[in-house]
Formats: sequence, C-alpha cells, structure tokens
Amino acid sequence: MNILVCLKQTFDTEEKIVIENGEISEDGVEFVINPYDEYAVEEAIKIKEEQGGEVTVLSVGPSRAESALRTALAMGADKAILVDDESLFGDEYTISKVLAAVAKRDSYDLILGGYMAVDDGSAQVGPRLAEELDIPHISTITGLEVNGDKVKVEKDVEGDTEIIEASMPVLLTAQQGLNEPRYPSLPGIMKAKKKPLERLTAGDIGINPDEIKAKTEVLDQFLPPKKEAGKILEGELDDQVKELVQLLRNEAKVI
Amino acid sequence: MNFELSDEIQMLKKSVREFVQHEVEPVAMQIEREDRIPDEVIEKSKEMGLFGISIPEEYGGLGINMVGKCAVYEEIGATHNGYTTLLGAHSGIGTVGIVEMGTEAQKQKYLPAMARGEKIGAFALTEPEAGSNAANLKTTAVKRGDKYILNGTKHYITNALVADVFTVMAVTDPDKGAKGITSFIVEKDFPGFKVGKVEPKMGLHGSQSAEIVLEDCEVPVENVLGEEGRGYVNALKILANGRAGLAARNLGSCQKLLDMSVRYAQERVQFGVPIIEHQAVAHMLAEMAVDIEALRSLVYRVAWMVDEGKRVIKEAAMLKLFGSEVYNRVADKAVQIHGGIGYISDYPIERFYRDARITRIYEGTSEIQKNIIASQLNREYSK
Repeated sequence: MNILVCLKQTFDTEEKIVIENGEISEDGVEFVINPYDEYAVEEAIKIKEEQGGEVTVLSVGPSRAESALRTALAMGADKAILVDDESLFGDEYTISKVLAAVAKRDSYDLILGGYMAVDDGSAQVGPRLAEELDIPHISTITGLEVNGDKVKVEKDVEGDTEIIEASMPVLLTAQQGLNEPRYPSLPGIMKAKKKPLERLTAGDIGINPDEIKAKTEVLDQFLPPKKEAGKILEGELDDQVKELVQLLRNEAKVI
Repeated sequence: MNFELSDEIQMLKKSVREFVQHEVEPVAMQIEREDRIPDEVIEKSKEMGLFGISIPEEYGGLGINMVGKCAVYEEIGATHNGYTTLLGAHSGIGTVGIVEMGTEAQKQKYLPAMARGEKIGAFALTEPEAGSNAANLKTTAVKRGDKYILNGTKHYITNALVADVFTVMAVTDPDKGAKGITSFIVEKDFPGFKVGKVEPKMGLHGSQSAEIVLEDCEVPVENVLGEEGRGYVNALKILANGRAGLAARNLGSCQKLLDMSVRYAQERVQFGVPIIEHQAVAHMLAEMAVDIEALRSLVYRVAWMVDEGKRVIKEAAMLKLFGSEVYNRVADKAVQIHGGIGYISDYPIERFYRDARITRIYEGTSEIQKNIIASQLNREYSK
C-alpha cells in the first residue's frame, strides 16, 4: 500500500500570537506538525505497520517546515517531500494545485491529511486536492479500517456515527479522536536523519507559478478585541429583570 | 565556539520533554507515595528508547555523543528523581562498563537487550567498609576452573531490585591492594546471587537501593570485564563517565525548580504585591538562575570535552561537585520562596529538596571530588 500524508507546519497551539507591523511575528515561536495532520501521520504509520507499505509525507512550506517532516519521519514515515519554493506559496487554491502536481508523480492508494490546519482553519485543502486528483474524499474521520482495496471509515455526524465504505484510491481527512499520535522515539529520531527528504521547486513539478496565483488576498490581520469584563446586575430581582431588558434593548441591541 | 545543539539533538530533547511531561509527571506523586515506578511508565520508556541512551547504534542503542546524552538527561532530570535515577543508573554506571571495556562477545550478549530495556543494568562497588575508600573491598573472587567464585556483600546498590546485569568489583589478589581488584559481569540468575535487604531512604523514592549478597556466586571466566587486576581503574573510569550525565540530570531538576519558583513568585501576593517584587525573593531567583546557567555551561563544556576525547578527570570532578552543590542550593531556595507550600508533601518542592541531598554523597561525595580536583592541580603545577 502506498500512502501519502499531506501535512502543514503550524504554530504550537500554546504559542501566544504577536502581530508586528501587520504581520504575525515568528520570533522565538515553536512550530509543530498541525495537530490534525499529526493524526493523519499516525494513522498512516499504523496502517503500514499492520499491513505493510510505504508512507510518504508531503508539505508545501518554507525551509523550517523540514523539522515537521523530520518529526513525521521519526514517528515512522519512510520518506518526505518538501516543496520549498516561495513562488508556490499561496492560498488553498494554490496549495492544492501544488499538492496535486506532486501526488500525480506517483500513484497512491490512500491520501491522508488533517481536516483543517489550526492556523487558518479553512478546511479546504483536503477536498480541493481530491477534486484535483478526481478521487473521492471523506472528511473528518474518527475511525478507519482498511480491507483489501476498500476503506471503512467512521465519522461524527451531529452526535451520531456515520459509517462509510469507499474504494481506494481515496482521500481521507482526520478529525480529533482518530488515534493518539505516538511520540517520536529516540531511535526513530536517529533513523530519521538517514531517510530521504526531497526538496522540490516549481520547475521540478512542471508548474508555472503565474498560473496558480492565489485567488484570495489578505487585507489586514488583527487580534480579536480584548474581552471586556461582564456586568453583574444587583438589587431586587424585579429591578434586575427590568434593567436586563433595558440593557438588551439599548446597549446590546439584541431585542 | 558554538553553543547551539544540533537539530537532531534538539529533536531528541523535545521528544523526551514531551514524553516526560505527559507520561511521567502525572504519576510523580504516585511514585513518591508508593515508592514504585508504575510498570506502564517503564514499558513506555522502553518504547521511547530511553534505555539505549548510552549504547552504540550497532548494539541497538542510540549511538549519540555525550552532548546528546546530556541533553536527554537534562530533560529526564526535570521529573521525579526516582525515575531519573533508575534510567540514569542503568544508562550511566550500569551500562558504560560493558560499552567501554566489554569484549565483542560480551557486548553482543548483553547490550542489545539492555538497549531495549529487557535487561536493566546496575553497578556494584560500594560495601559496608568501602564507601569513599573504594579500594577497601572485602568481596573476594577466587578462580576455580572456568569459573570465579565470588563471596561478599555489597550495599546501597541502586536498581538492585530491578536489575538483571550487575557490574561487580571484587578482590582477585588481596596482596595487591587496588591493583588486585577485578570487574565482573554478574547476572542476577547466577547461582549464589541474592538481593538482600532493601534500604529505606529519605528520598529517591521509586528507585530502590538494596544489599547484594554473593554466596559462592559462580561467574564464568568469560564474564571478567576488562583485564584481571584492572577493576579499580575500571570503576573510576565508569564513575568519571557517569559524572557528566549525573550533573545534567541535576541541571534538569534545577531548571524545573526555577520554573516553578518564578511562576509561584509571580502569582503569590503578599503585602499587596506579587512576591517577585520583593527584593529578597527576587534576589534568590536571580541567584538560582545564575547558578543554573553556570552549571549548564559546565555540563555541556565537559560533555564536549568527552566527545573530543580530551582528558576530563579534573573537569568531571568539578562538574560533579558543582552540579550537586548547585542542586542543593537551588532546592533550598525553592523551598524558601514557596514558604509553607514548599514544605508540604502534596507539592513537589520538598521532594526535590530531599532528593537533592543524596547528590552530594553518591557516585563520589563532594569532599572526594575536591580531593580529585586538588590532586589534579597538584599534578599540573608540579610539571
């Protein structure tokens, strides 16, 4: 089985976001594998351990993203591809075009990824990639079984569980609850440095960056306004109710 | 000069930090109460590869240099010191003898299982009458055919209850003093090997120290470690090698104490302000931070010297001394800053305070380290 896992390197979820001159500062920030993508990496390695095969991890991002790929290799992935070319960085449209170009160089039975990235939270890249490759996709899975050339997945739907079967090739995106990602073991980390990590640019995958320019534009970035302290009404209950209605009408303007 | 750790070592450090935070810290209080490390923690530590820290790659270990080992030890030191000691004694004095002095056959036989944690290592030098005066051993080894017969009692042996493979020092030629001592690899299943009384202690709960009784214990000749008569030199080498790792573990504990103390001082309000704004407290924190930074520099400098193959007898002794003294000073200040809560057993500070105390005693007391440093100085200045 040939498995491809797409992953993004994101800020550690415990990092405090600092905006400087309209840009998010990366100064002294710890980067991690996007937690949803980490579930995908773990699932791919589990399938490989149980059924054999090869796991390739793929990312589009700056050089620092190498450490996220190395972490995936240390967890047990076999090889990594980093598209490290600034002319190919863009929005979900651009990224899924680039991922598709790389995915087409080989033939994968299963493509996994997180259902969204914790930084921009768009949840678009997985489905877009499946469309580009013209294969089915199932999003936000919380369980996966692979039997022969079929997958059986579980996903949460409004508190119930939906069970879906599909034939491979298929693209699946991971939701929290799919598994508990392992720590990269120390021998795993040592072995990771000897595993292949391929770096690609636009030329290598035959893409003209001008043709896949981002369709969206970031106009401004700002932190949410500080939450103001809540107001606690005091006094007789009747008066509190009157005051509340008045506040809802005149201050909050919700009634 | 380069003070940066390689990407790979930083990754090892990060992975161990996360492992310790999520798998060991949550059971630290349980370890303390039950004086036992849960099997699950040991199993997960094996899966992580933490038992192979000082074993070369060709024998299934990590194959990292001393700088890398210290980086890993620093992270392990940040949690319960009983757990830290189990791993440290295995990877340090419990394994290093076989790695450094073992024959190819001995390495093949023991190291792969030790790297996987299937066999745990320990080091048995100390005896009731041979503490700091380590050459004053009474345990004897007499050659009989293809075996040595060992008789004697070792005590305060770390990991005695859990270990499978012991590096044991015994006297093979009583007339030759220190030069009549030989090291042996002794398995716990060898006939005549018994673990005796467990010694209850002030700290390091979860890591049991016990007596080892050798009664006509039969050790095959192929289990002589290094040359006959070189046991004392071997022991000193093994201990010297362990010193950087031990200090790195102390460093991790100190950093943890500083983290807890700064945060507490920022939150605890007395006289209307957080206590970090009281100069007496602020100065204690500053002193802790300076001590810790100096210790960190010395740990990695000595580790680097070991990796470069430089002679480190004096520096390793300085590091053992400084690391232990700093840990005690830092733990003392941490208790003082935390006040009442620092003395209460529901909170980890007093545990570190008790655990710190042994570091000035074991693997060569602070006083013995000063002797080593002074004798090295005497030598250098006599040239």
